[in-house]
Amino acid sequence: MIQTLRKLWNIHGGLHLDYHKEDSNQSPARDIPLPAELVIPLQQHMGYKPNLTVKAGDYVYKGQELAEHNGFMKVPVHASTSGTITAIEERPIAHPSGLNDLCIILKPDGKDDWGNARMTPYPDHTQVDGEVLRKRICAAGIVGMGGAVFPAAIKLNVHDNIPISALIINGAECEPYITCDDRLMREKPEEIIAGIQIMMHIINTQQCLIGIEDNKPQAVAAMQAAIASSGDTRIQAIPVPTLYPTGGEKQLIKILTGKEVPSGGRPASIGMICHNVATARAIYRAIALGEPLVERYVTVSGSGIAKPCNLNVPVGTPVQHLIEQAGGYTQAVHRLLMGGPMMGITLNNPQIPVVKATNCILVEQPKPVPPAMPCIRCGRCMETCPANLLPQQLYWYSRSREFDKAENLHLFDCIECGCCAYVCPSHIPLVDYYRFAKAEIRTQRDTKRKAEIARDRHEFRLERQERAKREKAEKLAKHREQAQTSTDDGKKAAIQAALERAQAKKAAAQQDNPA
Amino acid sequence: MMFASHSTSTAPLDVSQVMRQVLYALIPGTLLLLWFFGWGLLTNWVLAIGFGLGFEAIMLKWRQRPIQPFLLDYSVIVTAWLLAVALPAYSPWWLMAAAMLFAVVIAKHLYGGLGYNPFNPAMVGYAAMLVSYPLQMTAWPAPLDAGFGQVGFEQTMQLVFGGASPASWDGFSAATALDTVKTDLRTHKPLMDIYAKETFGWLGGRGWEWVNLAWLLGGLWLLRQRIISWHIPAAFLGSLVLIAGMFWIIDPAQYTSPLFHLFSGAAILGAFFIATDPVTASTTPRGKLIYAAGIGLFIYIIRTWGGYPDAVAFSVIIMNMVVPLIDHYTQPRVYGT
Repeated sequence: MIQTLRKLWNIHGGLHLDYHKEDSNQSPARDIPLPAELVIPLQQHMGYKPNLTVKAGDYVYKGQELAEHNGFMKVPVHASTSGTITAIEERPIAHPSGLNDLCIILKPDGKDDWGNARMTPYPDHTQVDGEVLRKRICAAGIVGMGGAVFPAAIKLNVHDNIPISALIINGAECEPYITCDDRLMREKPEEIIAGIQIMMHIINTQQCLIGIEDNKPQAVAAMQAAIASSGDTRIQAIPVPTLYPTGGEKQLIKILTGKEVPSGGRPASIGMICHNVATARAIYRAIALGEPLVERYVTVSGSGIAKPCNLNVPVGTPVQHLIEQAGGYTQAVHRLLMGGPMMGITLNNPQIPVVKATNCILVEQPKPVPPAMPCIRCGRCMETCPANLLPQQLYWYSRSREFDKAENLHLFDCIECGCCAYVCPSHIPLVDYYRFAKAEIRTQRDTKRKAEIARDRHEFRLERQERAKREKAEKLAKHREQAQTSTDDGKKAAIQAALERAQAKKAAAQQDNPA
Repeated sequence: MMFASHSTSTAPLDVSQVMRQVLYALIPGTLLLLWFFGWGLLTNWVLAIGFGLGFEAIMLKWRQRPIQPFLLDYSVIVTAWLLAVALPAYSPWWLMAAAMLFAVVIAKHLYGGLGYNPFNPAMVGYAAMLVSYPLQMTAWPAPLDAGFGQVGFEQTMQLVFGGASPASWDGFSAATALDTVKTDLRTHKPLMDIYAKETFGWLGGRGWEWVNLAWLLGGLWLLRQRIISWHIPAAFLGSLVLIAGMFWIIDPAQYTSPLFHLFSGAAILGAFFIATDPVTASTTPRGKLIYAAGIGLFIYIIRTWGGYPDAVAFSVIIMNMVVPLIDHYTQPRVYGT
C-alpha cells in the first residue's frame, strides 16, 4: 500500500502521454554477452576531455582507467571489460550534430578480468572524510546518469555558506517507454539507498526525498521496503503524480518541496542537491566496492523492437548489439533514438555506442512529419509549458532573430522538454527554434566578449605605445637636462680643478725655489 | 497558481481539426437560423463559403503559397460561416462578395495570411459593410415563423441576385429588438411599453433568444472539447452583464436588463466564436481576461450611447488593436523568477 505522507506541490502545465512502460518493465534486466568490440568515447560528460593514459596495443583490465581526470570539469573513463586497445580514433557518437568524436576501441578478451583495477573499497563510508569520498566519485568516472551527465563529484561539492536542506533523488522517469530506473529501483533498492547515505554524508544533510512517479508502484514499494530495512528515517520515497516532465530537476524539486530553483541558478543555491537513482547506485559501487562506472541499465523498446526489455550494458557497447539482444527489429524501416520520444536524439548509425548517459534505445516506425503551418497563437504551448513561458512569443522572436526580446522572455529558462512542440496544432518544431536562438545568443555573447577583449587589447596597446612615446620623450628631456646641468657643472668643476692644480703647482714651485 | 491548467489531451490536434470543431459547434445555431430564415440563410451560407474559398485560393496563388493545405485548414470556412450568419438573411450577392473581399483579401492575406492578421477578418468584413451599406446591413427579416414558408425560392433569387429591395415586401424586414430599443428610447418611450412590442420575447429579441441559446450550447461544447479556454467567454459576458446590471439596477426604466443584452444581439456568438479567434486575441491568461472584458465594455457603451444598435464587430476590432500592449504587460511569472 503506497501512502503519500507529504504535501506535494503542482507544476504548471505538463502532459499526460501514452507511456508504453509495460512493454519493457515486465522482466528483470539481463546481462548480455560482450560485443566484438567496445567503442568508448573519451568524453561522456558535460565539461572537457580527460587526458588519455593508454595507447593502441595496450592490454587493459576491466575497470582500468583509460583517460584520467586532472583538471576542472574532467571525468575519467574506464575499460568496461578486459582486453586489448586496438585503436584510438574518431567514431560516430550520440550527439545531435552527428559529428564524430575521439573514442577508445577495446577488443574484449572474453575474460572480463578486473585484475587489480578495483580501487580500495571503503566498507564504512561514515569513517571517511567527505572530501576523500568525493575524489573517489570523480575517480570512478561518475556523471549524472539521468541524461544531463554533469560530473557527480562537482555537484556534490557544496559550500558551507549554503547548508543543504535536502537531497532530492530523481526516480520519476517521466518519459514514455523508458523503464531502466524502474527496474533498477525494483532490483537494487538497497544499493540505491546505500548510495544515498554516502551522498548525505558528503553534503551533510539530514533529509532525502526520493520522487517516483505513481505509475511505478512496484518501484515505490521496493524503495520503501529498502528504506524500512535500512532503518534510516531521514530518507523518504514519495510517489508523485505521473505527469511529463516531472523528472526535470527543477520540476521535481518544485513538486516535492514547493521551492523553485531561481532563474539562472542551480538547486544548490536554494539548499538542494538533485541526483538520479542510477547515479546513487553507481556511487555506492564506487565507494563500497571500489568499482568505477563501467556499465548501466538500458531500456531497449519501441514498436520497432521484437522483444522490448532492459539490459545491463557495458559502456561502449554498440547500439546494434543491444538491438540484437532484444530480438532484433520488427520492421525494415525504422528510426533509432537514444533517450525517450520527447527529448531523445536521433541516431543515424546503429554502431554508435552506449555511453554513461544512455537510458534508452528507442526504435520506432518513422512517422510522417506533417508540414509546419503558421502559428495561430492558440496558446496551447503556453498552457502546457512547465516553466510557464510564452512559447509562441519565443517562437516569433527566435524566428525573426530578435534575440534580445527572446532573452527578456526568459528563453534560457526553457528546459527543452518538448511539451510545446508536442501539442502545437501547426506542427511547428518549436524546440528547434529555441535551441537555434540559444546557440545564436551564446555565439553573439562569445563574439561580443572576444571583440571586447580585442578592443581592450587594442586600446591598451595604443595607450602603451602612447605611454612609451611619452616616457621616451620625458626620459630624453630629462637626459638632456641632466646632460646640460652635468656639462655645466662639469665645466665649472674642471676649471676649478685646473685652477686648483695650477695654484698647487705654483705653490709647490715657490716652496721648491728657496731650497 | 491561479490560472494553472493541466493539459490532458493525449492526442494533440492540428489546425484543421481545431477549425472543424469550431464548425461543428456552429451547427445548432445555424440550423435554427435556417428554420427561421429558410432560403435566405442558405444563400448567405453558400455565397459566403463560395466567395471565401475563391478569394482564399486566388490570394494563395498570387502569394505563391501551397493552396491545398491552406484551403484544408478550414480557417477561411470559419470566417465565411461567421459572416453567413452575421449578415442579414437574403443579403444581395454583392454585399456578401464585398464582405468576403474585405475579410479574406484585405484583413487576412494583405497582412500575411493565416496567423499574421492583427484584426479579426470576419469582423473587418462585417464592419466595412456596416459603415458602407447601413441600409442593407440592418434589413433583417423577423424571425417569427418558419422561414421556408415565408419566402419562396424564386423570391429569394430575386432578392439575392435580382436587385429587388427587401423593403418592397410588406412586413418582410422588421427592426430587431436592439434597434427598437435604440430608436424608441430616443422618443422617450418608457421601456415597459417598448417591451410590449412583437419583436421582444421572453429573454431578449423574439426568436433570437433561441438562436442565442443554440450558440451558447455550441460554445459550451467548445469549452468542454478544450478548443477554447473559459477566459474569453467568461470575461466577455461577465463584463457585459456586470455593466448592464449596474445601470439596470440604477434605472430600470432607462436601461435594458443584462439578460436582454445577452440574448438580443450577437453577444453570445461573439463571446464564444469571434473573440476567441486565437490569432487576433490576447494569448496570456490574464491578457485574455482584459481583452474580453474590454470587448464587453465597448459593446455596452456603443449599444447604449453609440450610433449603432449592436457593436460586437467594432468592439472586437478596437480590442484587437491593443492586444500587443495587453500581451506585453500580462506575461505570466516564469518558473524561478
